[in-house]
Amino acid sequence: MTDLSVANKAGRATFDVDAVRRDFPILDQQINGKPLVYLDNGASAQKPIAVLDAMDRYYREMHSNVHRGAHTLGDRATSAFEGAREKVRSFLNAGSTREIIWTRGTTEAINVVANGLAGRLKPGDEILVSHMEHHANIVPWQMVAERTGAKVLPVQVTPEGELDLESFTSLLGDRTRVLALTHVSNVLGTVNPVAPLIEQAKARGVITLIDGAQAVPHFQPDVQALGCDFYVFSSHKLFGPTGIGVLYGKAQLLEEMPPYQGGGEMIERVSFERTTWNVLPYKFEAGTPPIAEAVGLGAAIDYLDSLDRKGMEAAEAALLTRANQLVESVPGMEVIGTASNKMPVMSFKIAGLHPSDIGTLLDQQGIEIRTGHHCAMPLMDFYGVPGTARASFAFYNTLEEVEQLFTALQKIQRLFA
Amino acid sequence: MTASEQDFLNNPLGKDTTLEDVVDGFEFLDDWEERYAFIIDLGKQLPPFPDDERTEENYVHGCQSQVWLIHHYDEESGKLYLLIDSDAIIVRGLAAIILVALNGKTPRDLLATDIDELFEELDLFRHISPTRGNGLRAMVSKIRDIAAETAAA
Repeated sequence: MTDLSVANKAGRATFDVDAVRRDFPILDQQINGKPLVYLDNGASAQKPIAVLDAMDRYYREMHSNVHRGAHTLGDRATSAFEGAREKVRSFLNAGSTREIIWTRGTTEAINVVANGLAGRLKPGDEILVSHMEHHANIVPWQMVAERTGAKVLPVQVTPEGELDLESFTSLLGDRTRVLALTHVSNVLGTVNPVAPLIEQAKARGVITLIDGAQAVPHFQPDVQALGCDFYVFSSHKLFGPTGIGVLYGKAQLLEEMPPYQGGGEMIERVSFERTTWNVLPYKFEAGTPPIAEAVGLGAAIDYLDSLDRKGMEAAEAALLTRANQLVESVPGMEVIGTASNKMPVMSFKIAGLHPSDIGTLLDQQGIEIRTGHHCAMPLMDFYGVPGTARASFAFYNTLEEVEQLFTALQKIQRLFA
Repeated sequence: MTASEQDFLNNPLGKDTTLEDVVDGFEFLDDWEERYAFIIDLGKQLPPFPDDERTEENYVHGCQSQVWLIHHYDEESGKLYLLIDSDAIIVRGLAAIILVALNGKTPRDLLATDIDELFEELDLFRHISPTRGNGLRAMVSKIRDIAAETAAA
């Protein structure tokens, strides 16, 4: 396997978007009679053949339940499943696979942590989030706050869509127990400067969680360098299958946290007198896990490793630059979120049009974007909009597709004018 | 200002603009741009919607845009009159098409109209897919609920 990935790296010395697109069969189709232009990667990314093949091969050749150890198939499945965990560990540069827990996705990962920290929270304690969080990084904290008497406080956002660092400094206080921040905003594309904020929080003994759902499709985080206690993401945004996500947590905190769900796999011993928990990471993995999905996620990480990462990041930056250049070609178009450090995500509005009008008419032209509140209603309220239209790019998008988006927007603008 | 009886009775959709007009109109449109321009124009025929009626009670849930719907039952003629509004331009057009098909009918006639079948027959759905976002189904189902309640009253 190692040899293969070296060969791939050698074979793709520079990032070649045309070659990469051939790895994603779904991209080669027509929508409403037009070539598909998929610009809804922030909602969910497409899957390379490598992922489809890995899952297919898993079911054809090695499926069985894991960690039962009674037969050869079971050993094969277990080794593929645990191999995927090691790939995720390496991807995040975590210290140990004990710190990599499978969840259903980012949302469940945050719920596991919020629930696990409930015992530490007292009335008046404060949980800091930000005004640009996805609902998944707000609501689980509100639910635990409701149970414990703690409060959820949002760090303010500037009109450009950056975290207001003064607001952060003023809110981080003696009562702060948890800091839960998104690494990259799903609406704005803003990359938050999480490292220094984690450092300030840690200096006060605050537990930190970073929502990496929108970060990992674009760059590789190093959880040890960041120093956060928890880092969470979803497989399906990282070109892997749906139904699985990752909770990275520092072993000591995970040891201290109670399990999230009870059932099989997560126990060491069960009796009606006393049940004890399995070791990490299994303590948090009740029931038969998503095995094929883990294998698929592992394959997605291998696939990303085979690409020229620097070239890929440069290509993505070029997509955003081109999009920014073209904004003024559409009368009345306004970009929401103009942070200096941004991933290739463009939320926008066009004067006089509802986002759903824009989405419907782009779809007519084969261009798939997201419209609506993006599960970030507080941020929509902040900008005073019912929703936005959002084009979110992946490394397999081309400059021509960016140009097609703007040509299509010009047509739409004319249609309504 | 709440809606007056005249607001409902003056609605041209379903009266001056008929289903046949819409179907004939669609027939000659070649591409999506013309079709949507036609839909947008139909939306412009929606009568003004009184601000006071934009209430939670009149809100149609299940659309990506904001949609309001009010009705008036004319006891004399036994017919049900409807007004719809939305902040999305295409949804206003779709609402106009719905009104062309359902406005000013008796509740019994309205309930007997299978709008899906009708639209399919007229080939309207070929280019206006009833997606989750545009609220076509949500609007139709609210109108049918109103008709059923009126018929039962």
